[in-house]
Amino acid sequence: MKSRQTIVIALLAVSAIALAAAAAAASKTAGLVLTLVAPYLVLAVFLLGMVYRVIRWAKAPVPFRIPTTCGQEKSLPWIQNNPVENPAGPLGAIGRMAGEVFLFRSLFRNAQTEIVDGRQVFGSAKGLWFFGLMFHVSLLAVALRHLRFFTEPVVPFVTGLSALDGFLEIGVPALYISDMTLLAGLAFLFLRRAVLPQVRYISLFADYFALILIAAVAATGLLMRHFFPVDLNAVKTLAMGWVTFAPVAPVDAGFLFYLHLCLVFVLIAWLPFGKLSHMAGIFLSPTRNLINNSRRRRHLNAWNAPVKVHSYEEYEDEFRNKMKAAGLPVEKE
Amino acid sequence: MSLAKIPKPDDLIKIDYAPPKTGWMKTPVDFRPGTWSYPAAPKNLTALEMPNPRAWQPGDADWKLPENWKRIILDGMKERLEKYRSFRLFMDICVRCGACADKCHFYIGSGDPKNMPVLRAELIRSVYRRYFTASGRCFGTLAGARDLTEDVLKEWFYYFYQCTECRRCSVFCPYGIDQAEITMIGRELLNLVGCNINWVLEPAANCFRTGNHLGILPGGMKDMLEFLADDIEDRTGVRVEVPINKKGADILFVTPSADYFADPGTYTCMGYLMLFHEIGLNYTFSTYASEGGNFGLFTSHEMMKRLNAKIYAEARRLGVKWILGGECGHMWRVIHQYMDTMNGPADFLEEPVSPITGTRFENARSTKMVHVVEFTADLIRNGRLKLDPSRNDHIRLTFHDSCNPARAMGLFEEPRYIIANTCNHFYEMAEDTIREKTFCCGAGAGLGNDENMEMRMRGGMPRAMAVRDVVQKHGVNRLGCICAIDRATLPPLMDYWVPGVAVTGVHELLGNALVMKGEKERTTDLRDDEISAPSP
Amino acid sequence: MKQHKWGLIILGLAIFAIAVTFPFWYGKGKSTPPVLSLETPEIAGLARKECIEDKAFMRADHMKLLKAWRDEAVREGKRVYTARDGRTFEKSLTGSCLRCHSNKEQFCDRCHTYVGAAPSCFDCHIVPGEVKK
Repeated sequence: MKSRQTIVIALLAVSAIALAAAAAAASKTAGLVLTLVAPYLVLAVFLLGMVYRVIRWAKAPVPFRIPTTCGQEKSLPWIQNNPVENPAGPLGAIGRMAGEVFLFRSLFRNAQTEIVDGRQVFGSAKGLWFFGLMFHVSLLAVALRHLRFFTEPVVPFVTGLSALDGFLEIGVPALYISDMTLLAGLAFLFLRRAVLPQVRYISLFADYFALILIAAVAATGLLMRHFFPVDLNAVKTLAMGWVTFAPVAPVDAGFLFYLHLCLVFVLIAWLPFGKLSHMAGIFLSPTRNLINNSRRRRHLNAWNAPVKVHSYEEYEDEFRNKMKAAGLPVEKE
Repeated sequence: MSLAKIPKPDDLIKIDYAPPKTGWMKTPVDFRPGTWSYPAAPKNLTALEMPNPRAWQPGDADWKLPENWKRIILDGMKERLEKYRSFRLFMDICVRCGACADKCHFYIGSGDPKNMPVLRAELIRSVYRRYFTASGRCFGTLAGARDLTEDVLKEWFYYFYQCTECRRCSVFCPYGIDQAEITMIGRELLNLVGCNINWVLEPAANCFRTGNHLGILPGGMKDMLEFLADDIEDRTGVRVEVPINKKGADILFVTPSADYFADPGTYTCMGYLMLFHEIGLNYTFSTYASEGGNFGLFTSHEMMKRLNAKIYAEARRLGVKWILGGECGHMWRVIHQYMDTMNGPADFLEEPVSPITGTRFENARSTKMVHVVEFTADLIRNGRLKLDPSRNDHIRLTFHDSCNPARAMGLFEEPRYIIANTCNHFYEMAEDTIREKTFCCGAGAGLGNDENMEMRMRGGMPRAMAVRDVVQKHGVNRLGCICAIDRATLPPLMDYWVPGVAVTGVHELLGNALVMKGEKERTTDLRDDEISAPSP
Repeated sequence: MKQHKWGLIILGLAIFAIAVTFPFWYGKGKSTPPVLSLETPEIAGLARKECIEDKAFMRADHMKLLKAWRDEAVREGKRVYTARDGRTFEKSLTGSCLRCHSNKEQFCDRCHTYVGAAPSCFDCHIVPGEVKK
C-alpha cells in the first residue's frame, strides 16, 4: 500500500472516531453510554489487556541468557568493567533498565551512517532521541496533570507539577510547556515518518494511526483549555463520579469534551493490543534486562531436553584405525 | 564465482538508498548471482537427519518443498512463540522507529530496504500478524499482515541468509530487539522445510562426524599441528610439543579448526603453541572436540546443542580440570551464552585457576571455560611472560572487535591489553566502528562462501571503510582480530577494499613478541617475514 | 533464575495496576462538588444581587476579564469598566471584586482548589482583612 494512502486511511480512521463522538454528543443514550459505561469498559480493557499481554510474554520462558553487552564485562579484577552497560549483578541490570526506560539510553547512541565521496561518515542523529524523549515525557506530564480531575483533594504533586509546567504564565489559563513539547514531539515523529523515504517505506497504518490519534487527543484538549472552555467543575464532577462508582451524567459538557473523551478511550483501549504495548514490553526485553553472568552462574532452560549427539564411542569406532596409525591413544584397542 | 564478476569497488560504493517504488510486500526477491549462498547438499542433511534433503537451487521456480510446508512452518512458529520470550516479544513491540536501519552493515552496503533490521524482521512479523494476532486476521494488509506463500518463504531464505547475526542493531534498538534472535528463529523455520545453505550445513555435518568443520581426520589434525611445530622450530629454534587426546592433562584446549588449517589462522595457532610451551602448561588438544566453532548456532538451537555437547563430553573423558578456548567469535557466543545452559552443569570440572599465576577465573566459575585472551592477559599482568614488542615494529596495527565477543560477552579490554604489551604501533578505528558498535566482517553466520562474494563485499564495506581511514591516517598495515571467521573473511575483504592490509590474530602478535627460553635470534616473524622490513 | 520469574512479573503488574487505579483508592472515595458561598455582609446589603455581568459569563470567562482589566488598568491607565448593561465599575480586584466577594476561601478557593486551577491573582494582590500566615 502506498504511504500516502496509508496516511489517508489513518486520518479517516481517526475521523470516524470523531464522528462517533459527534453522534454520542447528539444522542442522549449514546452520551450516557459514553460517560457512564464506557469509562469502566475502557479501564477494564486497558488493565486486563495489559495484564493478558504481559502474562502471554511471561509465559514464554527465557531459555538462554542473551543480554546484548555494550561495555566491558566483569572478568579479571584489574580490568575496569562497565557495570551498567554490561551488568554483572542485579543493581547493574536495574540501572540499565532505568536508563532505557527513563532516558532512552540505546536511542541516544543513534548516529547516521552515510557514504560521502566514497567515505563513510557517521553524523550525529540525536534528533530522534531528543524528540522521542520529549514526546514521551510530555505525554507523561499531561497524563499526570489530568489527575487533578480524578483526585479530591488534588494530589499536591499534581498541583506542583501543573505550576511548574505552566510557570511561563503565558495567557489565561496558563499555557503548559508540556502541551507545546508534546505537539513538537508529535510533529517531529510524524514528519520524520512521512518525509524520510526509508522510514516511510517501513511505516504501517498503525504507525500513522497512533500518531494521528494522539495528536487528535492533544488538539481537542488544547481547544478546550484555550479556545472553547468547558465547565471544569462539571468535568471534575463527572470524573469523580467514575472514581467513586457513582457516576452522574453531565448536563452539558459540550461536543469537544465528548470528542476528547472518545479519542482518549480509543487510545487507552488500544494500548495493550498494538505496538504501543512497547511501554510494557520493554521491561521484559531479554537483551536488556538480563545480567551478563552466564559463565559465572548457570542459567536454566525450562525446556532443555536431550538431543541426539555423536558420542566419543561412535567417533572412535569409526576412526580407531586412523587414530592408532597416527599414534593417538584410543579407549578400546 | 570469481571476484571478477562483482562490480569494482568504485562502482559498488555508489549505493542507492532510495527505496523501490513498489511497497515491500509487493517487491519480490531477485536472486541475483553473487548475493546468495548455494543450498545444502542432500548428503549433509541426511548425515544430520534433517528434513527434506534434495537437489535444488534458489533460482528454481519449484523449491520442492514438502506438501504440507505451510503447516510445518506455522506449527514451527507457534512452538517457538511458546518457547522463546525473545521471539514473541520482538514480534509484538517494534514501533518501526527505524533507528536500526543504517546500523546494519548489509543495509549500508546494499541499500536494499529489506536489509534494514526492522524490515527483515517485518518479513516474519507480517506472517506472525496474519496467523497469530486478531488484528492481522481481521484487517490483513492494513494491519501489516500477509499470507504465508512460497514467495514469502523465498524472501525469508534470501534475507535471513543476508544477516550475520552480529547484533549491532540490538545495541541501537530502544527495546533491545535483536535481529540475530529473529534470524536464528527464521533459519530454524527454514530448516524445517529443508531450505538451508551448504556453507552452514556442510561444516555442521563434518563437525558432527569428524569433530571439526573441515572434516579433518585424527591423523590429519596431528600432521597439521606438527607442521606448525616445525614452522615454530624454523622461526625460533625451539621445538614445542603438541599434545593430543592426552589423558591426565590439566586443561583441554579447544579452538576453531581454521586455526590449524588455514592461513592466517595458523600463525595464531603457532602463537598458542609457543605460549603453552613457554609457560609449561599441561594441556591437550582433542580430535573428537577439534572444533571450537559451532555452525549449529547458524542452523538451530538444537543443532547448536548437538555440536557443542562434545566439548564437555571430551573434557569428562580426558579428565581435565577445566577448558581453555581459542580466539573465535561465534564460538564464544555459544560458550558464553549457551553452553552451560544447554549441556551443563559442568560439575565434573574444577573452577578454573591459572596453574601459572594462581588467578581464579571467577567469571567462568560455572561454565569452567576460559577465553585464551583472558588467560594470556592474566599472564602478562602477572609478569609471567617475557615480551619484546619491538619484534612487531614492522606491524602498524588496528583492531577489529569481533561481533560476538563484543556484543555477547563484552570482551574489549583483554585483547587490547595483550596488544598494548606486544605491539608498539597500535591505532584505533573510528569510535562508531569499534567495541560494542563494531561492524561485522560481512561474512559471519555461515555466509563466508565464494558464491556470495558480492554481498560479502557489500556487507564488509563499513568495516573496510573504517580500516581505510586508519590506513590513510596512520599507515596501518595489519588488522588484528580474535575471530577465526574474521581471519578467513577479512583478507579477501581487505584485498577488495583496502589492498595491502593483512589480517592477524592477537596470539600471532604474542607469538612474535614472546621471548622463549633457548630461542635463537629471531630475524623473522611467524610468517617468515623479515622483522625489520615493513609487512607487505 | 526460574523461581524469580513470576515474582518479578507479578510485582510489575501489581505496581502497574496500583498506579493505574490510583484515583480509586486515593481520597477515601468521597467527593462533593463545591458550593459557592455568596453570604457576605456586602452582598447581603445589595438590592440587586447581581455581579457585573451575568452568571454564565462570569463563570466561564472571569479569568479573561480579570486579565484584560489588569492590562488595561495597569498598562493603559483605563480604570473604568462599562458592563454590557451600561453600569460602570472600577477595574480593581480588591476594590471591586473582593469588596463583595470578601469570602475568598468560600468563594474563589472552593472551585479553584477543586479543579486544581491555581490563579495568579494573589501572587501580587492581598486579600483585605486576611492576615499573612
